[in-house]
Amino acid sequence: MSTFLDRLFGRVKLGGWLAVVAPLLAVVFAVLITSGVLLVAGKPPLDAFTALAHYVVQPSGAVLIINFATQYYISALAVAIGFRMNLFNIGVDGQYRLAAVVAAGVGGAALLPGVLNIILVMVVAVLVAALWAAIAGLLKVTRGVSEVISTIMLNAIATGIGSWLVIRYLGVRSGNELATKEIPPDSRVPGLSVIPGTSAQVTGFIVLAAIFGVAYYVLLNRTRFGFDLRATGRSESAAVASGVNVKRMVVTTMVLSGAIAGFAGMPELLGGSYKYGTNFPTGLGFTGIAIALLGRNNPVGMAIGALVWSFLDNSKNSLQLVDISPEIVQIMQGTIVLSVIVAYELVHRYAQAAKQRRVSRELAVPSQPEGAAA
Amino acid sequence: MRSIAALVACASLLITVAGCGTSAEGPGASAGGADASTLRVGLAYDIGGRGDHSWNDFAASGLDDAKKNLGIVHSKEVEGVAGETDQHKEDRLRSLAASGYNPIIALGYAYSAPMKKVAPQFPRTRFAVVDDNSVTARNVTNLMFADEEGAFLVGAAAALKTKTRNVGFVGGVVAPVVKRFEAGYRQGVAHIDPRITVQARYLTKPPDLTGFNDPAKGKAAADAMYAAGADVVYQGAGGSGAGVFEAAKEHDAWAIGADSDQALTADPAVRDHILTSMMKKVNVAVYDYLADTVDGTVKSGPVVYDLALGGVDYATGGGHIKDIQPKLEQLKQEIIHHKIRVGVD
Repeated sequence: MSTFLDRLFGRVKLGGWLAVVAPLLAVVFAVLITSGVLLVAGKPPLDAFTALAHYVVQPSGAVLIINFATQYYISALAVAIGFRMNLFNIGVDGQYRLAAVVAAGVGGAALLPGVLNIILVMVVAVLVAALWAAIAGLLKVTRGVSEVISTIMLNAIATGIGSWLVIRYLGVRSGNELATKEIPPDSRVPGLSVIPGTSAQVTGFIVLAAIFGVAYYVLLNRTRFGFDLRATGRSESAAVASGVNVKRMVVTTMVLSGAIAGFAGMPELLGGSYKYGTNFPTGLGFTGIAIALLGRNNPVGMAIGALVWSFLDNSKNSLQLVDISPEIVQIMQGTIVLSVIVAYELVHRYAQAAKQRRVSRELAVPSQPEGAAA
Repeated sequence: MRSIAALVACASLLITVAGCGTSAEGPGASAGGADASTLRVGLAYDIGGRGDHSWNDFAASGLDDAKKNLGIVHSKEVEGVAGETDQHKEDRLRSLAASGYNPIIALGYAYSAPMKKVAPQFPRTRFAVVDDNSVTARNVTNLMFADEEGAFLVGAAAALKTKTRNVGFVGGVVAPVVKRFEAGYRQGVAHIDPRITVQARYLTKPPDLTGFNDPAKGKAAADAMYAAGADVVYQGAGGSGAGVFEAAKEHDAWAIGADSDQALTADPAVRDHILTSMMKKVNVAVYDYLADTVDGTVKSGPVVYDLALGGVDYATGGGHIKDIQPKLEQLKQEIIHHKIRVGVD
């Protein structure tokens, strides 16, 4: 029998047509509730959905959606890898931001030319984020500190250290903005002109995100490490009994989660603004948590979740053009996460009940012919 | 009452600017007027949007006045959200421009980089950006404020009112725009009495912008200043200013507000402790820009709203500065006529 958390984190799978019913049910829930909210706010829901549809077919809008979805997806992978073994890395936010500050400083200094600088920036980002995450992992295994508490606190500390680094050492002032030195043009990751009808380019990091998605799947489902990780998530005591070193698993997973988190800020740093300043995106780590839940830690599910989330996020401007306030979008996003959780839970329970009925029927069936024979 | 005062100010401004416009017809000047009833005005707010009791609301009131008096019918207001990036702001400006809004006014220097990218893509659309002069394009007007001149006057007011010869300044975030407040304030204080001590403190440093929205930090900073002997503290800290006012109430001392006449707009419990406010009339700039658009006299490049144009001023709403008002008026005229020069740092 599975627990609620097992079902929430996608550790038990729905079979057959139920796997299709659950997301459809979630969409129906979300549309109904959102329509209700829009009606209460005195806005015709149809207008809102038309505006959303118009936005997504605009080439420049589509590019923006894909670019933000790429960042969200990387962040969601970082969160998900922890979720699969019941490790709640709430600190992805601090990890990617601190990594981005240090990497931006190193990249802006242009110690190496061209592509080498890109590699250096990414290596620095991964190291910083992984080390920052390791603190929480070590605190958990040595002192028993809950990683939820420590990562939240480390987020605040990362914010402080980031500001301090930018102000004291890395920042260059231009007008009203204080930001790190821009990464030189020969060390930027180029975009891809894959969407016709706009000069805007899709971030080159979409390739990396896709590779990460595949690697995530292979690691979890095709390796010893992945098996241990999932086993620890299902039952820590059973994992220990089968010879898994849980303490080492905690630290390794935390470091791995942090390492991936280090990449979350890279599309913006190497392919967007080329610097870390006041306009650097914040909160990607928290968005990642929502998307990991939305995609049920499944690599494809999270990709869809990231696109949906980014689509809603970026449609705020278009919705305001039809007089729908951006707060409605936040309600929609929250509604969708809850709808997915509720819909899947309902379908799981339905599946369980159906299974129980089938089993009891099968148990009942063989006794019948006996009775008939008697 | 306030809106009527604003209208009078606007009307007088119109005349001045129209006068300036004819003498300074440059290569960036726009051609021809526009029919106000067909004008579609786009207004891109800073985070918070209409209803923030601060400068977003000011811009909104400028737009409302323009609709009332200039015959503008169509407008669209779009606001930002916390944590957004330049790409979101670009998308916002682009959506407005692509939907046919023209002119488009963006509030705050955060729109500087996005406008640099979007304005050249829509050469037939006119743009204006408030508080930023780094964007230069043929179709962009920079609506600037001489914050230091207004700050000078409230600095003089603080110096005239202090009994302990010790005054304070609480800045939200260490940014050039806030530094100008401090610079003007210090000069105003020193002009009255150079021996008066000025304490200054900033709440946060960029990229941490929470100093503009953290009343607890504002209160702590002001508490320390009052405890160290100050009896007037000027806040240039946005939303954190509410904390400064609370500290003033607890220490039974004076505070000076910013942006609007806060003796009329702040929490009623603390209003009695607000000596005056340095008003930054974004509404005047917005109204004026729209009026110029309708007249066809709008210019590209920076327009500085100073004391002379009524863009900055000291507030009299609380009625606490009646005794020193003649002196402040005299200083104001001296600044307008360049007898006193106020520096920005």
